[in-house]
Amino acid sequence: MSRLDWQIGTVAAITTDTPRVKTLTLSLPNWTAHRAGQHYDLRLSAPDGYQTERSYSIASPPEQTGEIALTVELIADGEVSGYLHEGVAVGDQLELRGPIGGYFVWPAGAPDAPLLLVAGGSGVVPLMAMLRHRQRAGLPSPAVLLFSIRTPEEVIYQQELEAMAQADPAFTLLLAYTRQAPAGWAGYHRRIDAAMLAEAVARLPGAPQCYVCGPTGLVESVATLLQAQGLPDEAIRTERFGPTGP
Amino acid sequence: MPFINKGFHAKRPTDGPHKLPPGQYETQDFPVLTAGPTPRINLANWEFRLEGLVENPVKWSWNEFNALPQQDFNPDIHCVTKWSKFDTKWRGVSLDTLLEHVQLQPEAEFVLAFSYGGYTTNLPLADLRNGQAFIGLQYEGKPLTPEHGGPARLVVPHLYFWKSAKWVQGLRLLGVNKPGFWEEAGYSMYGDPWKEQRYGSDDDDETDTSSLRL
Ligand SMILES: Cc1cc2nc3c(=O)[nH]c(=O)nc-3n(C[C@H](O)[C@H](O)[C@H](O)COP(=O)(O)OP(=O)(O)OC[C@H]3O[C@@H](n4cnc5c(N)ncnc54)[C@H](O)[C@@H]3O)c2cc1C
Repeated sequence: MSRLDWQIGTVAAITTDTPRVKTLTLSLPNWTAHRAGQHYDLRLSAPDGYQTERSYSIASPPEQTGEIALTVELIADGEVSGYLHEGVAVGDQLELRGPIGGYFVWPAGAPDAPLLLVAGGSGVVPLMAMLRHRQRAGLPSPAVLLFSIRTPEEVIYQQELEAMAQADPAFTLLLAYTRQAPAGWAGYHRRIDAAMLAEAVARLPGAPQCYVCGPTGLVESVATLLQAQGLPDEAIRTERFGPTGP
Repeated sequence: MPFINKGFHAKRPTDGPHKLPPGQYETQDFPVLTAGPTPRINLANWEFRLEGLVENPVKWSWNEFNALPQQDFNPDIHCVTKWSKFDTKWRGVSLDTLLEHVQLQPEAEFVLAFSYGGYTTNLPLADLRNGQAFIGLQYEGKPLTPEHGGPARLVVPHLYFWKSAKWVQGLRLLGVNKPGFWEEAGYSMYGDPWKEQRYGSDDDDETDTSSLRL
């Protein structure tokens, strides 16, 4: 069996990360070690033969063997995210194939280079796999995660990220709230801009490898700002998902 | 017995004149998928080239290219990331028009499209002829925006959309099928949405993809 054959995974656990985000842990009969940043394709089949597919980034690190975690944001009126949120319980089965994706992966290129991760909303998922891999494998790259979210209740993986930042002086977590910040918040309360990116880069000891993931508008603007700060195109990898709306 | 997800039904039944290839869903949006930053291209330096296995390589400037006969195209398009979009509205230059300007060498059977920013993708030459492909310059009546591949992108609607190279700079005619950017990373060498040829292992001839970095 090749890793791109469809297989049937079993939902081993479901956790609620935020009011609109759940993580499904699936145990796979044919688990293959992935690279942080890769995704699985998931296929749903209806009794009348209708099938549809979507991609979901792997949230778990390759060290978590035998299973993968997928973190799914509920999209308003979403066909697949709606089913995964409401129609799936522990013990149910789902058809999927992977791991897939050879470009938006870390480590890559210069494996020890400092790491600048920039996420919008559920775009944090593949970046979380990178951070978990970095932690579990004890990789030395200094890292910054600049994470843009609308409101305090929408911070995916908040406890784990804060604990990681506490425990590891080489990792910095920067949250940027775009709409509502927590009471007494002294950090960023605006969209990601040039000054914020310059500050994030300045926390790293050298020119970073950048991974940017989120809605199109955010990725487009962040990648352009990073270029403008003199980072070479090869050092900026992007992945865009989530609705393209304004 | 085929696998069924209990309680799952299509949310938006698609009927009417359009058909969705297997695994796809319809979107009204126009999502953007690109591996890196969007290249910014100065029209004063822009050029489009036909090169490789041709007797007379040609090169057009932006003004020369825009002076070529243009047509309207309203294709359905299908992205390998599962979205499809029906009846998109483009204006551009047919590949048939461009190919009239060169004398092909007989071995020319494949094409490698190359782009500003370094992107490449491969296609059989036959898939670019007879009204099947064009260089899009306008989308919905406006110049094509940079994030969608402007100022000019290849559009080959019958293949997955990663074959429709954004920021296209030219086509190199080749005698062998040479993988491009995503194909090197394990994506299909052909990309037929109706056969769901997403990855190399979905290709008919089961080409050996074991060495690829998918
Ligand atoms: C490589 C990759 C990795 C991904 N990883 C994740 C992940 O880790 N977590 C996650 O939650 N999602 C991820 N996605 C997005 C996911 O594949 C689905 O698009 C998403 O779950 C919405 O599907 P749906 O069926 O619920 O919505 P749909 O029924 O498809 O759409 C509902 C509405 O939202 C719009 N819409 C939905 N998704 C998109 C989109 N991607 N682009 C443009 N418009 C859209 C549609 O046009 C429609 O109007 C990833 C996508 C890609 C390509």
